[in-house]
Amino acid sequence: MKPSIALASATESRVQPMADPKVKSRIRNLNFYYGQMQALKNINMDIFEHAVTALIGPSGCGKSTLLRCFNRMHDLTPHTRYEGEIRLYPDDVNIVGPDIDPIEVRMRISMVFQKPNPFPKSIYENVAYGLRVRGIKSRSELDGRVEAALRGAALWDEVKDRLDEPGTALSGGQQQRLCIARALATDPEIILFDEPTSALDPIATASIEDLIISMAGNVTVIIVTHNMQQAARVSNYTAFMYLGELIEFGATNELFTRPRHQRTSDYLTGRFG
Amino acid sequence: MPGKPEALEHHHIVRAFDEELARLTSAIVEMGGLAERQVADAMRALTEGDVELAARVIDSDRKVDELEERIDQDAIKLLALRQPMAIDLRTIAMSLKISNDLERIGDYAVSIAKRSQRLAEQPAPKPLQQLAVIGNLCLGMVKDVLDAYVERDAEKATAVWHRDQEVDQQYTSLFRELVTYMLEDPRTISTCIDLLFIAKNMERIADHATNIGEKIVYIIYGAEINRPRHEVE
Repeated sequence: MKPSIALASATESRVQPMADPKVKSRIRNLNFYYGQMQALKNINMDIFEHAVTALIGPSGCGKSTLLRCFNRMHDLTPHTRYEGEIRLYPDDVNIVGPDIDPIEVRMRISMVFQKPNPFPKSIYENVAYGLRVRGIKSRSELDGRVEAALRGAALWDEVKDRLDEPGTALSGGQQQRLCIARALATDPEIILFDEPTSALDPIATASIEDLIISMAGNVTVIIVTHNMQQAARVSNYTAFMYLGELIEFGATNELFTRPRHQRTSDYLTGRFG
Repeated sequence: MPGKPEALEHHHIVRAFDEELARLTSAIVEMGGLAERQVADAMRALTEGDVELAARVIDSDRKVDELEERIDQDAIKLLALRQPMAIDLRTIAMSLKISNDLERIGDYAVSIAKRSQRLAEQPAPKPLQQLAVIGNLCLGMVKDVLDAYVERDAEKATAVWHRDQEVDQQYTSLFRELVTYMLEDPRTISTCIDLLFIAKNMERIADHATNIGEKIVYIIYGAEINRPRHEVE
């Protein structure tokens, strides 16, 4: 009998480490450079399938840089360079490899940004956009997948009667859910969130967090957040980064109650610097 | 020991949090000091037949209860306002449990004091000496566990935890002795029952000191909170 374990299972509902995690992506000896500046230093870490992994750390620690490697966002910035690998399974491709087309990567891994950025189009067209780019023309198929994506983003009931209105007319929280629906529409394998609630009020934040937790059964999620309580609430696994290095990676409930490294402890308890 | 201890090398960025944590810790130390004093005085009231001292022990319980209330309110406020993590979380959560242990220790001291008032009306019974031995063991444990709390000393806390066994053995042997007395002379039954309850109270005081020891180790290392001794030995 271990009372502490019984206690843990009684207090944690959906967000906990998984019993038998499957690796969705494996980061191997990853280095990343902005010109001469090395922003990521020899990162090694696994991303588990259908789990939420949070990246935390102070500003400039490399967490957003790492997130952006996953959909090759850095390719748009001149003088950047990847070294090492991010292997994506099941087909085991290195998504930062020079021979891999970034467009291919972005088809499989989509991203939701800090500020909601709906296209200046209707709610319907915002979600249908990625599907049309992929050559889906059948109206009935488009209708079905737009509805499924909007339902997946917990927005359908609020917008089903005004799909033709502009996406920009929605509230901030709804716009962010529209962006999540847009990301979901193309059935990505991984969704990246870069501070998805920092521009939202607490209620809209709570609904996005709830959405992230419920999405995780179907898609792998990686989230960058400055809000440590948010990382604690939504993620199964947490990685703490500092000055471009991965300091500690582990199950979220372990990392937040019993960090192994002093630097992690100092950061979590607000004793930094 | 499980893992590496988490140290508090730096101050919090929010200085007020440091002060609030220090206030919580010093309230625990103050409450511990009072409870320790209650145990010591109850022991003396018992061995010296001092009914006035016993009355003071009973009276001081109010102060211990007030401190418990303050500690619990402060701890809950810190949990709500600071959302503590890691070692801060463990320190604050354990202060809630330690205050409870200290409150119980105070209650047992009061119970000993009440019985000592009754016993003072008659000649000192023979097993009082052995009772004093157990009492001193318990008092030593309370004292040392509070030192371990102040010094955040896991080794000292674990040592207290191990000493509980000696108290248990002494208690069992006194129990047998008292039963023998009662069998030999039924007129001693009422006195022996009082002594038996006092011994039981002391044994419980030692248990709570042991509990506090476990919590100190948890604050420092963050492993298991409640360790059954048979699993370790």
